[in-house]
Amino acid sequence: MATNTQIPVADRRVPVIAPGHTFSTITEKISNIVLSRPVSLGWIFGFLIVFSMMNVLMMALGYLFIKGTGIWGINIPIGWGFAIVNFVWWIGIGHAGTLISAILCLLRQSWRNSINRFAEAMTLFAVACAGIFPLAHMGRPWLGYWLFPYPNTMNYWPNFRSPLVWDVFAVSTYFTISLVFWFVGLIPDLATLRDRAESPLVRRIYGLLAMGWRGSARHWHRYETAYLLLAGLATPLVLSVHTVVSFDFAVGIVPGWHTTIFPPYFVAGAIYSGFAMVLCLAIPIRAIYGLQDFITMRHLENAAKVMLATGLIVAYGYGMEAFMGWYSGSQFDSFLLWNRFHGPYRLSYMALLACNIFIPQVLWFKKFRVSTGWLWLISFVVLVGMWLERFIIVVVSLSRDFLTSSFGMYYPTKWDWMTFAGTIGMFLTAMWLFVRILPMISIFELRTLLPESQVHEAAEVKQ
Amino acid sequence: MSDTSTYGLMAEFDSAKELVAAAHKTHEAGYQKIDAYSPFPIEGLAEAIGFHKNRVPLVVLIGGLIGGISAYALQYWVAVITYPVNIGGRPYHSWPSFIIVTFELTILFAGLSAAIGMLVLNGLPMPYHPVFNVPEFAKASDNKFFLVVFSSDPKYDATRTRSFLTGLAPRMVAEVPS
Repeated sequence: MATNTQIPVADRRVPVIAPGHTFSTITEKISNIVLSRPVSLGWIFGFLIVFSMMNVLMMALGYLFIKGTGIWGINIPIGWGFAIVNFVWWIGIGHAGTLISAILCLLRQSWRNSINRFAEAMTLFAVACAGIFPLAHMGRPWLGYWLFPYPNTMNYWPNFRSPLVWDVFAVSTYFTISLVFWFVGLIPDLATLRDRAESPLVRRIYGLLAMGWRGSARHWHRYETAYLLLAGLATPLVLSVHTVVSFDFAVGIVPGWHTTIFPPYFVAGAIYSGFAMVLCLAIPIRAIYGLQDFITMRHLENAAKVMLATGLIVAYGYGMEAFMGWYSGSQFDSFLLWNRFHGPYRLSYMALLACNIFIPQVLWFKKFRVSTGWLWLISFVVLVGMWLERFIIVVVSLSRDFLTSSFGMYYPTKWDWMTFAGTIGMFLTAMWLFVRILPMISIFELRTLLPESQVHEAAEVKQ
Repeated sequence: MSDTSTYGLMAEFDSAKELVAAAHKTHEAGYQKIDAYSPFPIEGLAEAIGFHKNRVPLVVLIGGLIGGISAYALQYWVAVITYPVNIGGRPYHSWPSFIIVTFELTILFAGLSAAIGMLVLNGLPMPYHPVFNVPEFAKASDNKFFLVVFSSDPKYDATRTRSFLTGLAPRMVAEVPS
């Protein structure tokens, strides 16, 4: 038994963990990235780049707080602009992390065990980036706490019939639960790092974070229950978050927003862009840190298949919007369709169709799914496409509403671009630090993938 | 029988199967106060040491109910009693609009209860624990499996328990200083 390293997966498929690994090789390989791998020049150079980008965000926000939102390209009729485009884009990217960690956990997809940790980290950082935008867009972000219901001297309370208030609750709950889920998953691995750390200071820091975890059977039993319940709670939560975000639009009456297909179409789009981000990060990380044994081609192929499936749901959403433009008989809806193909923003709509619908169809072919270069490129194209989708929903819809007198154009300023690029810098800075200070793959969950972790025969003896 | 300077006796095993089998035998031999330690969750191990009472689901249920009920009550109180605002002639008690915040807070409270409840019931954070006094125990978070019989067990006897544990063919048996 102990010498048998065959992994029980279906034939002809790449295993989820390369053969030949034992408990100690898994522990060693993942924890050494954090504990003993020297900091390379490449890491420092890359960190300087992404950290500079993050400082661009700090400058853009600093100037924004001094001058106000007038430095952005927003005006009436387009009052939402980049801030909301980027908010929706970043929140969507976060969704893949929760999908991988919660939904695939409930579905007992064991391949998730090697990518859930960094996908969850990606969720946290993406939601943190997303949260900046609505706050910055408020104009007076220092009064952001007015969004929450609390007894105050103004005798004022939020209007709970407003989707924007729902959004506050959905996004803050999402961030909190993602953080808790991520941290609960980290506790046993922090204990591993504590027990393996050489330096007393490092041992003390991980020891504090591990909170005295000792792997007791009673603890594991409660732990597994709590983890499963968290997964069960996070699953409807993740579906609700982008649904609520889509309500911000769907409850409004602007043509292009006021449709019932928005909730499922937004959720599918979120998972689509999220998996694209997972691939964009996983492909370089596994190459740099030599993790091909744990993040195998099977993971990349599965992620590509999820991307293809959700991409088709998104394509259905576009098709349905076009169909309703014709079928509803509403002149505003049919004008919306005409405007997308022939209006001033037609190029962005063409690019959207190419990036989100046509180019990803190559994923039907195995050749593209098993080539890391192609996969990375297609994922990047999908990320661009999904950003364009949010741009079209927010900007193009607002630019042409019911009255010709209120038509307008939106031109982002350099501050818009700096804020957007800056959040990418912030996201990458957080990822850069994360891969070096925390185990980016769940060590204890990988151990359970080894056949040695199974005790079924012993369990049968008991009965 | 209990000895205050000793926390218990620890036996080290090589595999999950050996640990589960040893835990079964120890429990069947009449030892009540025992615990097993492993680097990953093992199916059936908690039952093997006689642990059945898991109150995490109850804590989560109570947390979720408190979250949901308080969220709805807050919205009702705000929208109907203390700050009624007529928006487009909609009823003050427009319950469909209140579902989303109720749902989100149910999840928030239930999720926090799951995490905090699990930690509190497990007695964590715990800055000091005697099992860490055994140097080999550092491998409990890597690739080794441990069984401990506590000295507070009524059946505990330093020599007899040690010979019983040695009979389970462990890699080693060590005394855990408290």
